[in-house]
Amino acid sequence: MNNTDSKKFSFNGKFQENQHINPLIIVEGLKKFYPVKGQVLGRNKPVIHAVDGVDLEIYEGETLGIVGESGCGKSTVGRQIVALERPTSGRILYRGEDISHMPVSKLRKIRTDLQMVFQDSTSSLNPRKQVYEILAAPMLYHKTVKKENIDNEIDRLLDLVGLPKAMKYRYPHEFSGGQRQRIGIAKALSLNPKVIVCDEPVSALDVSVQAQILNLLKELQEELKLTYVFIAHGLGAVRYISNRIAIMYLGRIVEIADTKELFENPVHPYTKALFDASPLPVPTLRDRKRIILKGEIPSAISPPQGCRFHTRCPYALESCTTNDPMLLPVKPGSSHKVACPVLLAKGENHD
Amino acid sequence: MEPLLQVKDLTVAFIEDKRQTVVVDAANFTVNAGEILCIVGESGCGKSVTALSILGLLSPNARILNGQVIFEGRDLLSMTEKELDRIRGNEIAMIFQDVMNSLNPVFTIGNQLTEAIRIHMGYDKKSAKDYAVEILKKVGLPDAEAVMKKYPHMLSGGMQQRVMIAMALACKPKLIIADEPTTALDVTIQLQIMKLLADLQKEFKMSMILITHDIGLVAELADRVIIMYAGHFMEEASVYQIFEKPAHPYTRALLKSVPTIYGDLEKRLPSIPGTVPDRYQDIECCRFYDRCPYKIPSCKEAQPYFKIGQNHYARCHRAGKGELPYE
Repeated sequence: MNNTDSKKFSFNGKFQENQHINPLIIVEGLKKFYPVKGQVLGRNKPVIHAVDGVDLEIYEGETLGIVGESGCGKSTVGRQIVALERPTSGRILYRGEDISHMPVSKLRKIRTDLQMVFQDSTSSLNPRKQVYEILAAPMLYHKTVKKENIDNEIDRLLDLVGLPKAMKYRYPHEFSGGQRQRIGIAKALSLNPKVIVCDEPVSALDVSVQAQILNLLKELQEELKLTYVFIAHGLGAVRYISNRIAIMYLGRIVEIADTKELFENPVHPYTKALFDASPLPVPTLRDRKRIILKGEIPSAISPPQGCRFHTRCPYALESCTTNDPMLLPVKPGSSHKVACPVLLAKGENHD
Repeated sequence: MEPLLQVKDLTVAFIEDKRQTVVVDAANFTVNAGEILCIVGESGCGKSVTALSILGLLSPNARILNGQVIFEGRDLLSMTEKELDRIRGNEIAMIFQDVMNSLNPVFTIGNQLTEAIRIHMGYDKKSAKDYAVEILKKVGLPDAEAVMKKYPHMLSGGMQQRVMIAMALACKPKLIIADEPTTALDVTIQLQIMKLLADLQKEFKMSMILITHDIGLVAELADRVIIMYAGHFMEEASVYQIFEKPAHPYTRALLKSVPTIYGDLEKRLPSIPGTVPDRYQDIECCRFYDRCPYKIPSCKEAQPYFKIGQNHYARCHRAGKGELPYE
């Protein structure tokens, strides 16, 4: 990458200025444990440590990508942000208000601001309802639009996501996967939200359709001044759409940085391994040197002591098995933060 | 040298309510000994059907209307089930995407693996077990004895896929057909499995047909590539030609629309407008016509395969005439 890159990401520049203002969402010490299914008896019920201490700030108008492999807790973080679930401990502030401990009646008003787009558009759209009803339901429930204006509003929404208005009387199964995902996006937009959490919105789609949906999300963001949390396991899509990226492993954030910085100077061994594992569309580079991780992600029921990555880490030291690393800036004042004291001390990539 | 597998004019249709839909239209290709051939395309393009018809594994509503599949001089399509059974697993093995449904949930891994080895290779119980342990170690399951005693659900997705690969390799087949073998796996595990497949393919001197939609995977593994779209082969070339000088407009658009972690990023991802046509068997002209940025009136005619260069073919008359130089 070179200098022209920053020009292409004009949005990045705008976001840099925003960092001095207050974040729109603050996630503080978020923990979410789920009981293991099927266990009834016993005092110490085993729990899955899905999210185990996550701190995040999300700024207005940015896209924060959250990347990690299955079971790392990225979707759980997303569901807490839109208040679909209550955290086990910690809190989430939206415009300074704690939404994770708010009574439901009060939360209902804020919910219109926080919407979600799901990966599986087949199961998130009611198969017995026409698109018209699917889109009208949230507006009628929250009384955001007068009944006589619903028709116009639905036409506007379909137009926004690039579907013909005539399609509103069709059922979800009559659409292709890409079109269904457009309906999912229209549904999320129907309440004029400020924040949309996109949970793997393109993972189930074909490559050429993925590009269409990613472009649509980007256009909508600029037009409607939306803030996105974009959850994915594919680095390519995240790199394309995000201003900042957080890498998660076993319920923790191991590294967070601006997109450009992260791809140019990844520090955490897991981030590096993740980058190395992503296939490149360049056959001549197939024999490049790369970190290939051994083994698999340990169980989230009893995550490893110390650094959670030490069981698979090629750089692990004795101290990593006991010291739980904190997320620290790579340089004083830097927004690039890493939870790896070993590589930070080495100053790798940052001398 | 005679190719290991030769598919000639393969045409497959699905029959539904007495209506016939052609999903693979006159496919011609060869697989040479020791090479990895990737068949790439989006869902519904017919790539899996092409692979399944080689071993006669199509669903009951599918019909092979025409064609030959010649494996070492024998036509697999004219064989009886009994004759085919001697080929399946022994000489041609398959790896599926959906591992959970390919392993029997009520038998242990050891049970299933030794059964296959005993049937296909005629080993006795004891030596089949020893061989099973050996082959599990080979696919990177160091604790093979313990894995033998486990049921499929007790293993992670990556381990299940390793077991599947072990099963496919057990009889040292000459050809492995892998249908999206790593799609359901996480990136770091995907890399492990990919490396494993590539290493074993070299070690056992097997040929492999890899069915995938993952462009990155193709670049990392393939020797030769076939691009499929709406039941047609659109382009066929070596992996280097495909990525460096793609000839067909569809190949070019497909490669550009993938967001990668390599190189510069465009502000807007070049996507392909429109969607794959339904009922594409009735389309007389080029099947990519509606979405093609290079179309001209003469594209309305049916397109044969054009030779672009050495071992490089594309179903596009403009590319064939050299009217579409690659910028």
